Amino acid sequence: MNSRLRWRKFVSGFMLTLTGVCAVVSVLALFLILGYLVVRGGASINWAFFTRLPAPVGEIGGGMANAIVGSGKLLLLATLFGVPIGFLGAIYLAEFSGHKMAFLVRYSADLLNGVPSIVIGVFAYTVAVLPFKQFSTLAGGFALGLMMIPITLRSTEDFLRSVPNNLREGAMALGASKWKMIATVIVPAAYRGILTAVLLAFARVAGETAPLIFTALGNTFWSPGWTQPTSSLPVTIYNYALSPYEDWHRQAWAGGLVLLVLILLINIIARGILARGISVSRS
Amino acid sequence: MTLLLVFELWQGSVLPRHKFGLAFFRTSTWDPVEEQFGAIPFIYGTLVTASVALLIAVPLGIGAAIFLAELAPPRISDTLEFFIDLLAAVPSVIYGILGVFIVVPLMRQYIDPALKSVLGFLPLFQGPAYGVGFLTAGIVLAIMVIPFIISVSREVLLSVPRDQREAALALGATRWESTWKVVVPFARSGILGSIFLALARALGETMAVAMVIGNDPKISASLFAPGYSIAAVIANELAEATSELHTQSLIELGLVLFLLTFILNGLARVLIVVTSQRGAGSATA
Repeated sequence: MNSRLRWRKFVSGFMLTLTGVCAVVSVLALFLILGYLVVRGGASINWAFFTRLPAPVGEIGGGMANAIVGSGKLLLLATLFGVPIGFLGAIYLAEFSGHKMAFLVRYSADLLNGVPSIVIGVFAYTVAVLPFKQFSTLAGGFALGLMMIPITLRSTEDFLRSVPNNLREGAMALGASKWKMIATVIVPAAYRGILTAVLLAFARVAGETAPLIFTALGNTFWSPGWTQPTSSLPVTIYNYALSPYEDWHRQAWAGGLVLLVLILLINIIARGILARGISVSRS
Repeated sequence: MTLLLVFELWQGSVLPRHKFGLAFFRTSTWDPVEEQFGAIPFIYGTLVTASVALLIAVPLGIGAAIFLAELAPPRISDTLEFFIDLLAAVPSVIYGILGVFIVVPLMRQYIDPALKSVLGFLPLFQGPAYGVGFLTAGIVLAIMVIPFIISVSREVLLSVPRDQREAALALGATRWESTWKVVVPFARSGILGSIFLALARALGETMAVAMVIGNDPKISASLFAPGYSIAAVIANELAEATSELHTQSLIELGLVLFLLTFILNGLARVLIVVTSQRGAGSATA
């Protein structure tokens, strides 16, 4: 083995090890995040955290009950607003539209997807806050729903398209109208995928903070405004983490843990549904 | 919907455009009390943090993607990919609190002084280390965008045909040479796409940056200095902006950010199309 070959082998081994290190470092990040959250947040999670309202500044204790409920309300609104539009839009794209129209819609959906969440927030602010001169849960739900549309639309469309054409033709041949075919054949065939898409969209907006700060009443200042019913989990975490109070920091960690566990659970469930769906359709 | 969005942002920022015109992009004073608004510090901060993030994230992300796609056995690769997908789903506030409570003290006590003693002769690494600042924001951003780079790049690398690898190995290339000189160039366009995706995300990321960048609208050469980014200033000030002009200036910043990501996305698409055509051409030739 001459020295040149040895050198090449060495470089090969070295670089490949290096890539392995990169991979390990990246994955370690997840465990570090989870670990820190569990250690710091786990200590301050108790029953009161879920059931009590925030305590006044300086008092120890209190919880985030209002933020959890607020997040729930916002997400409900967002789902009611975003999912139907995204879903019907996807049906239109996959089943009805011509090439040009589909391209246009898909392109703007991708664009909308790439828009930073803060810009969505600014938009919702100008549409739903400025005209009414008032922050509201509705505006927050609108902002989040807006973010759900492109995510739901694109992935639902993909799943609808992956339904084999035979099914469409079969339904048509049996005399089903186009609408009947979509409602009773295509959508049921793709429903696991669609459910996954909706769940992932839900998980994505559940953690969004930026668009909520100035739509669902964000209090970035330290006024007692956070007793408003429209505070939400991510925004509360943000405010608490930047506050100068030790006890609030503790609560921010706890809130972070709750939020993260919730989102990771939804993600894992969604992936589980999808994986099952694929193996079923293959068998 | 997208059109409506642009229209509203345009409408919403009429006032500062009339008052400042192009000077909005030339002045660096941001003073809500005096009603002077210039966008330069924010644009600067946004670009600097995004560049720092990419400098860290791109080598690490692509390295990891190569490992996952080329070396790791499928089972390990899929498991790790699963975790990386989860990492991509972690919301940005969570990165923010980790940044504030863990990265910032770490930077202040260890990393900043270490960098200063080694590279202190560069203007980049001078000045007092507050812990918060461009560098910290860049690092947190890097951690956030790495999963995106890995996921997309891995997907692309896996789609490179087996023949390519086998041919290179058969010609006597080492494993690394086949990866680096054959597989990676083949997947170039997709990797580039993943980088642009990461860049667009880094530019628009709000919460994590707002929490660690220091929120000080100044331009400074040092990476240790606190700065400000477009997204962060909107998040911090829009809800409490009292004057019409202040609000509208912030909305105009939103428009700037939107256009920035819009252009980047467009550029990424063009680049991907061009490189993939060239790749296809050279593959058939």
